[in-house]
Amino acid sequence: MSLFNPRRMLVAAAAGLALVGIAQAVDISGAGATFPYPIYSKWADAYKKQTGVGLNYQSIGSGGGIKQIKAKTVTFGASDMPLKPEEVKQAGLVQFPMIIGGVVPAVNVKGVAPGQMVLDGATVASIYLGEITKWNDARIKKLNPKLALPDTAIAPVYRSDGSGTNFLFSDYLSKASPKFKETIGANTSVQWPVGIGAKGNEGVANMTAQTDGAIGYVEYAYAKQNKMAYAQLVNKAGKAVSPSADSFQAAASNGDWAHAAGYFLILTDQAGAKSWPITGASFILVYAVPQDPAATAEALKFFDWAYKSGGQMAAELDYVPLPDALIKQVRATWKAEIKGAPAVASASHGAKRI
Amino acid sequence: MSTVAAIEPRHAAGQRVRERIFRGATLAAALVVLTLLGGVAVSLLKGSWPAFSHFKLGFLTREIWNPVTDQYGALAPIYGTLVTSLLAMLLAIPVSFGIAIFLTELSPSWLKRPVGVAIELLAAVPSIIFGIWGLFVLSPILQRHVQPWLIEWLGPLPLIGKLFQGPPFGIGVLSASFVLAIMVIPFISAVMRDVFETIPDVLKESAYGLGATTWEVIWKVVVPHARTGMVGGIMLGLGRALGETMAVTFVIGNAHRISSSLLAPGTTISASIANEFTEAVGDLYTSSLVALGSLLFLITFSVIAAARFMLLRLDRRALSSV
Repeated sequence: MSLFNPRRMLVAAAAGLALVGIAQAVDISGAGATFPYPIYSKWADAYKKQTGVGLNYQSIGSGGGIKQIKAKTVTFGASDMPLKPEEVKQAGLVQFPMIIGGVVPAVNVKGVAPGQMVLDGATVASIYLGEITKWNDARIKKLNPKLALPDTAIAPVYRSDGSGTNFLFSDYLSKASPKFKETIGANTSVQWPVGIGAKGNEGVANMTAQTDGAIGYVEYAYAKQNKMAYAQLVNKAGKAVSPSADSFQAAASNGDWAHAAGYFLILTDQAGAKSWPITGASFILVYAVPQDPAATAEALKFFDWAYKSGGQMAAELDYVPLPDALIKQVRATWKAEIKGAPAVASASHGAKRI
Repeated sequence: MSTVAAIEPRHAAGQRVRERIFRGATLAAALVVLTLLGGVAVSLLKGSWPAFSHFKLGFLTREIWNPVTDQYGALAPIYGTLVTSLLAMLLAIPVSFGIAIFLTELSPSWLKRPVGVAIELLAAVPSIIFGIWGLFVLSPILQRHVQPWLIEWLGPLPLIGKLFQGPPFGIGVLSASFVLAIMVIPFISAVMRDVFETIPDVLKESAYGLGATTWEVIWKVVVPHARTGMVGGIMLGLGRALGETMAVTFVIGNAHRISSSLLAPGTTISASIANEFTEAVGDLYTSSLVALGSLLFLITFSVIAAARFMLLRLDRRALSSV
């Protein structure tokens, strides 16, 4: 990175003289989560065509992103797991959500078509704890009175690599089952007591597809594009819902963002009749008082542009854009908390906290 | 040297300077390697210090690996690394030996080149390809045809039965060993073939001349003569098997558990690092992963040291028998 500094200093100096046009030469640098990488790079392409400003995003994983932003080697960090408000404050960072995704359970049971099976959090937790071992268990039967369930052993499949998907799934199961919370807990990697670990979404999908009686969980985009046999989930309101952009947005809208300090809000198990229970946002971290205010301002301009005109592109890749009210709130946060934040177009409208 | 210097003193002086420069340059190159090795060792130790000082010996003896409660023990990955590598060697050594003997002693000459080239090509296949092949092709075959058979016929046996019990997942310690074996066969067999080819024809021909059979020539002339080189090839293969990452990650099942059954999922040191390093948050977690790295460094180092020691003893015995 030190190679880049002279150039950046030169640009900053030029900007100081001219007070305009700092954007053209400098690329925005960021690092972190792999889950939003496809959409960030798609946005970056379109943004570069429009403005000439490029984005250099290294998808090295959330852990790496947090380390890099703390070491100040990048302008922004990205994480699938929100940092706790205390940690954000202590490091002098500002955290905000950027894009929404969801996790979908997939099953491989003979005679069960996509969307036919209904499960709830407590049942899935018991399966991953090794307490429910057969598909014709009374608890699964109760949720699916019309399905003919076979006497097949359940083979739970989990993501072996540390990932936001693991975090959302284990967080949901922790909320649904006190025993899961106590013995396993929520993290990007956890110690699963039973089952087989497969690497990546493709590994889990393949393992689930080729093992009779398997259950796995993958990112929504992956389940949709591969037409996997997903299961419906019973949400907090007691309604069985299917995973879709609408049910993710419903969960995001029902989140109590206004009272979440530092946007520390995990969207799993949200209230609302339409909410998909395993929903989560991917987060961005920037410094409140940046070392290089010009670079941070450029990054914020990019995020603002993505909020405004990136929704369609996100939908094409099966990501879900943030609800409008939340975008307004984020813009207000920028204005209030980040030194040297650019005057984004709609910030004035959204300035009052919602 | 002195007579040459007497004839052309000026030329000789220039030669000496050049030699000194060349000598210095090669010394620098050698020192770079040492510095790199030292640097790796130091940074591994430094990175793993928090984990070692926090868990002490427990890091080596505990099976737990729980990022939620920040409790880490390396026993399961160490076990997985050693077991998969040893099983792979058990499978690979006889096959490689067969390939090498066939190519050098028994093969019709028109077949030598195609088989030789095929082995070299196999060695050039990237490990991720083996991983994907293992996951999509090999493990379904193992799951449907091989493992049910093992469970049915070997499972009920006393002693070794324990190794073949449990449901057939298709992936697990056994599948990882299979893939590893396939990956190291080209290395071991290529080295063995080269070593067998260095044996002077005079030796073999005199043995044949004395009326020895092909079998006797192989076991009494070729193998004893090539022993050192064979051990070298095996160690090269073992080194690769111990450190292999991607292919193993795909097929081992990635569970931080030690199971008595070879069909159950397990994990290895390098697979754990590859799986978890990117998303590891927290100092103790990262440090424990680096500590796994230093353990692998230590294991590989001991394997090489053991191999050296073995070769030394073989050499000495060969010398004393002459």
